Amino acid sequence: MNPSPQAVAVAAILFVVIAAYALFGGADFGGGIWDLLAGSAKRGSAPRGLIEEAITPVWEANHVWLIFILVLLWTAFPPAFAAIMTALFVPLSLSLLGIVLRGVGFAFRHTAQRLRMQQLTGALFAVSSLITPFFMGTVVGAVATGKVPAHPTGSVLAAWTSPTAILTGFLFVAACAYVSAAFLVLEARDRGHRELMRYFSLRATAAGILTGALAGGTFAELAASAPHVFAGLTGIALPLVAVSVAAGIAVLAMLWLRWYHALALRATAAIAVATVVWGWGLAQYPYLLPTSLSLAAGSAPTAALVAEFVVAGLAVLLVAPGFALLYFLQQRRMLTAAETDADLRMAAHLEQANPGHPAAAPPPAGTPVTRALVLILLAIKAIRDLFSRPDRR
Amino acid sequence: MGAMAHVLAVDPVPARSQMGSSLGFHIILACFGIAFAAVTMTAEWIGIRRGDAAALLLARRWSKVMAVLVAVGAVSGTVLSYEMGLLWPGLMGRFGAAIGFPFSMEGIFFFLEAIFVGVYLYGWRRLSPWAHWWSGMPIVVAGVLGALSVIAANSWMNSPAGYTLSHGKLTSVDPVAVFFNASTPYETAHMVLAAYMVTGFIVAGVYAVGLLRGRRDRYHRLGFAIPFTLGGIAAPLQVMMGDILARFIAHNQPTKFAAMEYVSRTTRDAPEWVGGVLINGHVYLGAAIPAFDSILVGFSPHTRVIGWDSVPPAQRPPLATLIHLSFDLMVGLGFFLFALAAWQGWWWLFHRRLLVTPWFLAPAAVGGVAAVAAMEAGWVVTEVGRQPWIVYHVLLVSDAVTPASGVPVTLGVILILYAILTVVAIGVPMVMSRRWRQGAPAEEEAEQVPYGPSPAGTGGPEAR
Repeated sequence: MNPSPQAVAVAAILFVVIAAYALFGGADFGGGIWDLLAGSAKRGSAPRGLIEEAITPVWEANHVWLIFILVLLWTAFPPAFAAIMTALFVPLSLSLLGIVLRGVGFAFRHTAQRLRMQQLTGALFAVSSLITPFFMGTVVGAVATGKVPAHPTGSVLAAWTSPTAILTGFLFVAACAYVSAAFLVLEARDRGHRELMRYFSLRATAAGILTGALAGGTFAELAASAPHVFAGLTGIALPLVAVSVAAGIAVLAMLWLRWYHALALRATAAIAVATVVWGWGLAQYPYLLPTSLSLAAGSAPTAALVAEFVVAGLAVLLVAPGFALLYFLQQRRMLTAAETDADLRMAAHLEQANPGHPAAAPPPAGTPVTRALVLILLAIKAIRDLFSRPDRR
Repeated sequence: MGAMAHVLAVDPVPARSQMGSSLGFHIILACFGIAFAAVTMTAEWIGIRRGDAAALLLARRWSKVMAVLVAVGAVSGTVLSYEMGLLWPGLMGRFGAAIGFPFSMEGIFFFLEAIFVGVYLYGWRRLSPWAHWWSGMPIVVAGVLGALSVIAANSWMNSPAGYTLSHGKLTSVDPVAVFFNASTPYETAHMVLAAYMVTGFIVAGVYAVGLLRGRRDRYHRLGFAIPFTLGGIAAPLQVMMGDILARFIAHNQPTKFAAMEYVSRTTRDAPEWVGGVLINGHVYLGAAIPAFDSILVGFSPHTRVIGWDSVPPAQRPPLATLIHLSFDLMVGLGFFLFALAAWQGWWWLFHRRLLVTPWFLAPAAVGGVAAVAAMEAGWVVTEVGRQPWIVYHVLLVSDAVTPASGVPVTLGVILILYAILTVVAIGVPMVMSRRWRQGAPAEEEAEQVPYGPSPAGTGGPEAR
């Protein structure tokens, strides 16, 4: 039985969302990993400051991709969701533990800075940034190796403790660190921190080489442990794998050559992550859980799938402009974290001193005007970037 | 119903406890997610419009508190998303396609909320005042629509609609009918009003304590008046809404209603029990108002109220005493808050002045606790009242629970984590507020600030 085109299309949307989370969420986790490895409080204060500035305003929005993955999976492919959640109860619970601890770390760190607990919560944030992607990696490894039965009768320890699954976990951690360091190079450049540019460039290179080695190891393991996925990766998905490898090497090359072109570097890193995610998805086809649950057998009724298109359409209409605005403001450094109380007080009085800027109030987002405004802003930014490159170097 | 013959293979109690404690914790933060932006933006609006430094300072400080609560709320919401699958794979595997659509919509609104929270919280310094104010508006709208979406999913479990089963398998879904099931409008309105009451009365309570301790400056008066007004507007609406919702439940989920009101036998002239404990079918220590329950349900003592004898014992909600007392507690606290709001409103109407006598402020200081208790009691009524069903009259809780054996462990871990999160959510704002006070106590009085404008322009009834 062939899967319906709607099921294939929703599966494609799902993998777009997974890629987005891997990229944006992964970069945030990577930030936590570099925070962990930044050394003593004194030595690590500069990179930690940069990481904090880069992540704070956006981590929450990036985190929502994960919610979307869960929701898409349970709406469009309910049996697969139920099977994964049951069989992989343990690693999923542990990744959830990481997410909660990370939130606690964030809440403490960014709002109660002078607390004595700052170091403890900082460590909490950093360690949880390590364990969450690791266990998510083991989950993906368990699914890819076909160790998740379609009708599990309890949690399956062997599924996520296989060498492949553990390797995938380490691969996820290394990849997060790699992407994150590459992005942090740009963040450092935008802020004019030459030291930190070199600092993260070096780390991106190291993490990139480690990621490549782990990816190679995982790939070799897959040959034996996941014949279906391996056949897919070396067959139909081979072009995607090749692009991913090429993009990964290209990012390393850019870093070596110190060609820190913002758009090119970000896009290449994004391609490296997205293509490997899509390659995995394509290699699993036509299975949700290789080889026990097929897409055809595991997908929801057509109307539920169509409803997810509507949701995806709404997301493009509403969320994409919002996201663009958030990242635009973040990149322009219009969003500033961690004001001290003296700042608050000063600012409140200053605003009062010249109340009600006559500037026309933009209407709430979601209206066509805002969308147009965002597009115009983006266009202006793109044009300015185009012409301002030489003197920015 | 084939499910009835199902042998209880798995004990659902740990899973139910974990879900209940997760929901009970998250819902308080969700209230702030829904309503806190509106409170903060009201202060900001007054600050910008009237050039009021005290209001602006409040808005800025509240938005710092919002950053903490939203961060904790985002993770506790994620916990719930995971738990839908980790604890209830039997529900999600069978009905994920139906219940998934409202959750997907919620995802969009959560996304919008998270994005604009990022802009609003961190854009204070660099955005122009009105641009910043408008950047908060999507949070308010997305908060209400997100609540609508999630509550639609919960409503669907109470009033399942928009799906076809054949041989126990879901064969078709009508997502719109799922979303707008019979319970959605009632539950949503009830919850959004509850969110405004919880947020309004908690924040107002903090400043009521400040006023009671003698900090009677404009900063504290405004800090009390703004959230109290929002909560106070919601309170009378909530009393009305609760009455309408109870009548709806009497028709839609009669066994839940029977447990709420101790209706053991289908009858006319059903009495209204106030308080009371149910032991072996007898109500002890309760006061019965003759025929009043019938009047409340159908405006006439002759209205027939359906009792729990209408279904076999296995399908009746357990713990009728808990359900009934929770219901009474919710109603009682709702009227208490309504009375507080009416008192302040009455004073304002005739004196155009904020009522700050200790006789009023002392109960107002505990208004937030009362609002939270009322809301939690309400969720106990709706969730325990639906038992033993996870989807009303369609799927039993015991058929939905996970066969994985680790639930007691995760329950323990979750309880510890929530204890930590509670400390964070309450402790961090407390530490911040202490630091604010230590910083420069006198400065909170805007009028004394040397570089502020003259207080004459601020006007308003609170200005001295």
